[in-house]
Amino acid sequence: MAYFVVVDYCKGNLRSMQKGLQLAGAEARVSADPAVIARAGAIVLPGVGAFADAAGFMQTSGQMEVIRERIAEGVPFLGVCLGLQLLMERGNEGVPSPDWMEGLGVVSGCVRRVDAADERGRFYKVPHVGWNQVHCKDETDARLAPLFAGIDDGSNFYFTHSYRAEVTDQQDILATVTHARSFPCVIRKMNAFGVQFHPEKSSHKGLRVLQNFAAFARSL
Amino acid sequence: MLTKRVMPCLDVKDGRVVKGVNFINLRDAGDPVELAAAYDLQGADEVIFLDITATHEDRRTVIEMAAHASEELHIPYTVGGGFKGIADIRTMIAAGADKVSVNSAAVRDPSLITAGAAAFGSQAILCAIDAKRIAGAGDRWTVFLNGGRIDTGIDAIEWAREANKRGAGEILLTSMDRDGSKDGFDLALTRAVARAVDIPVIASGGVGVLEHFAEGILDGEADAVLAASVFHFGELTVREVKEYMASQGIPVRLD
Repeated sequence: MAYFVVVDYCKGNLRSMQKGLQLAGAEARVSADPAVIARAGAIVLPGVGAFADAAGFMQTSGQMEVIRERIAEGVPFLGVCLGLQLLMERGNEGVPSPDWMEGLGVVSGCVRRVDAADERGRFYKVPHVGWNQVHCKDETDARLAPLFAGIDDGSNFYFTHSYRAEVTDQQDILATVTHARSFPCVIRKMNAFGVQFHPEKSSHKGLRVLQNFAAFARSL
Repeated sequence: MLTKRVMPCLDVKDGRVVKGVNFINLRDAGDPVELAAAYDLQGADEVIFLDITATHEDRRTVIEMAAHASEELHIPYTVGGGFKGIADIRTMIAAGADKVSVNSAAVRDPSLITAGAAAFGSQAILCAIDAKRIAGAGDRWTVFLNGGRIDTGIDAIEWAREANKRGAGEILLTSMDRDGSKDGFDLALTRAVARAVDIPVIASGGVGVLEHFAEGILDGEADAVLAASVFHFGELTVREVKEYMASQGIPVRLD
């Protein structure tokens, strides 16, 4: 099949993601060029930087428009960390309050700061950094298989973030993680997936997620 | 729930692992990235590369190592040592390091932590503190620089608080009294710092046996434990350490 593109919005190093996809058997190219994204067989939006910076760059560079079109056409898409958050309608990280910045708008809802206290008022550290358990809403849900085939419910993945998605339609949430409160960490709309953790930093389980996604993308 | 982390630390000079490494089946036991990848297979949660290269000119090799690690390593890694300013930090992060660890440069100019956290996020900035107990003064420690050769006279607990306030994401706390001793962590020091800050503390210096790792978490109240020689010499594997910690009721990643 055609190549996978790792979308570069010029905020950081994307080699570990590219290499992870290559190990999964995909021909992965890093590019910021909307024309390269337009011809890719699958799109990976990595997680580097803050929502407003990334969304701003994507908007002015023309990436936003082409990615929206490709997702609507059913092209397989994987958003990682900030890439999951960019699937949402809007976010306010890096935007002067009370303003919001527009995201891809593929999944209904917004992006908010991770809570620092649970329902009993106990304190939690933010950013949420480290290995935490991913809880599948329904392990048998076939919609989860393109990422989680062969991965046990409750497996640990590596997280590092201060913001989280607030998803309107519970149907779009496939798995959650708990830090102070439970929030979505795997979401899906059509063939667009988002994961809040970093598969490229989550050792063999993370590589399995990338392998699963690559196999899914090739099967379409 | 976030798990407690086990982190092997590799001393690197001119891009090569220093200290004798007696380790299983490595093509090149001196290659820090290959050694780190072996620790990943054992279940290490993160690794730290500590650059002890003497001169600034030789920084090129450690930057190349960081770039190589971004391709070969599938767990987060920190590079520490030798950062003089924000430009050095930027170069290392651009090369692919997930985090940098600052020590002497931050003591000399604490605004380095503020600037680093603002530019790359708190999660990317570790503040390493080398602390030594003041003889005859009870539970009081001062901050040392240059591998324990210079006593700054700065109170270690106060400096940890200051680093926290300035935006450091974690404290890497080494007891200079215990480092290399195999007598276990300085638990009073670890606990005092852990209680003084609201960011994770990585306990370092002194582990020799399995029990020490669990003590660091349970009595020292650390969020992570770091060790070097017990892993490098094959005395313990990361897996053994984590299984022991789990048997003591500590949440660790074993999958």
